[in-house]
Amino acid sequence: MSVRVLLPNAFQKHTNGTREIRSEAGNLPQLITDIETHFPALKPHLRDEQGQVRRFINFYVNEEDIRFLGNEMYCFKDGDEVLVIPSIAGGSWPDGRTHASHGLCACCSYCGQEECICGD
Amino acid sequence: MAAAYELRCRECGKRYDNAPLSICDECFSPLEVKCDLDAAKRSFTREKIAAGPTSMWRYQALLPVPDDYVPQTPAGWTPLLRAPRLAERIGAKNLWIKNDAVCLPTLSFKDRVVAVALANAQAFGFDTVGCSSTGNLANAVAAQAARLGLKTYILVPADLEPAKILNTQVYGATLVRIDGNYDHVNRLCSQIADRYNWGFVNVNLRPYYAEGSKTVGFEIAEQLGWRLPDNVVVPMAGGSLITKIRKAFHELIALGLVEEKEVRFFGAQATGCSPIAVAVKAGADAIEPQRPRTIARSLAIGNPADGVYAARVIRESGGWAEDVSDVEIVSAIQELAETEGVFTETAGGVTTAVTARLYAHGRIRPEELTVSCITGNGLKTTDALKGAYEQEAAIRPRLSDFENYLEDRSEERELVGGSSVR
Repeated sequence: MSVRVLLPNAFQKHTNGTREIRSEAGNLPQLITDIETHFPALKPHLRDEQGQVRRFINFYVNEEDIRFLGNEMYCFKDGDEVLVIPSIAGGSWPDGRTHASHGLCACCSYCGQEECICGD
Repeated sequence: MAAAYELRCRECGKRYDNAPLSICDECFSPLEVKCDLDAAKRSFTREKIAAGPTSMWRYQALLPVPDDYVPQTPAGWTPLLRAPRLAERIGAKNLWIKNDAVCLPTLSFKDRVVAVALANAQAFGFDTVGCSSTGNLANAVAAQAARLGLKTYILVPADLEPAKILNTQVYGATLVRIDGNYDHVNRLCSQIADRYNWGFVNVNLRPYYAEGSKTVGFEIAEQLGWRLPDNVVVPMAGGSLITKIRKAFHELIALGLVEEKEVRFFGAQATGCSPIAVAVKAGADAIEPQRPRTIARSLAIGNPADGVYAARVIRESGGWAEDVSDVEIVSAIQELAETEGVFTETAGGVTTAVTARLYAHGRIRPEELTVSCITGNGLKTTDALKGAYEQEAAIRPRLSDFENYLEDRSEERELVGGSSVR
């Protein structure tokens, strides 16, 4: 059993230009681990400081958003095509924070937050 | 800042030189344009703006285009109308309509974003441009690309309204119908933009494209006599417009063009596609994607690119989000046309119906200065009104026939208790 995994251009800096891999992973958590094994340089970029996969990274199986298929519960089927696309949407700040960890404004350049340094 | 504007990651803050790029290669989050407000200070004054063209390009100093850019399309500068009759109907006292149903050249606010995106497509040397679209963007890209002599590929969901398909093809664009919804189309465009050296206005040109939306906010402020409203009601598809109107207001405050004021932002969605409204109502930080089912196809984005940012703008401003049914959308289209003479498409029906509900629920107080943003033209979605008006039998060209006709009408009115008959 294997699935075809298509990686976005944004990953290429960390994958030596590789755009596609095959994986024996049975589900999404296994697939992410497999991608990180293939490309150790990608790992720190794929996950945030808490070790969570960054919220702007989306996974699709064939034509469907994996969240509609059960997300981590979905079992890959032989021949599935898994598409990784960053930054189309979605995700969350799991801890409800409004600032990224380095103190920069996380919403936009003009949030007016106390720690915001975007206005400089 | 070396240039008057640059790209910056919205999450990790990494800075990038100007390029057709929308994703941070460090943390894979979206990039945003950051304008150098200090540099803009000299050229962004009330006097210089007033002396500028009667289009969105009067705000060129705060738009990400090269200094020597000569605009080719006079988009924007649409009317800001007082809406006293609609106000009376829904219990408002100081209601205004920003009417982008008459935005040129293709009758939707998308003309603004495309004008900025294509200026950058040219600056980056693309000879082919494209987009994924729910219709209005397709029209705007097709028209403006034709004017600039660019080749165009436009991808749309196959079930799009016929008028929006025709209004794209007429400009000579290559229109690709995709057997799927907008989210499927958008995903495919991401892959195409990765593979081909084309400028996709809402993919690799997205940071520039999105800045065009600021001009809605600049115009509202200028047309109110350089002051900010109390509330703004904005339709939400991808969620970008509402965040950019706020950015525009903040830029005007930072440059001293308007007095500082906390404007409340209200988002409008159709119940059949309401991922942002659901998140706002639940107080959630996450956007749960939905499968869209609504007649408001121009808002039918189940996985909104700027959803988390839109929800945050609403929450932080003390605003709210509402969603309305398809029946309410059609009624609101009729109500806006009947009271104010503005014929909007389904998205405008969403905004109008949500505006009415916000007053009804007391979330907006009657005397507050409130602007409702109408973003598209009703001529593009006439299907939504199918069956709403009966075709009456023709009468002979005789005065007696006309008098009989009037008599019949008045009898009809009496039957329904003196109210007007549709």
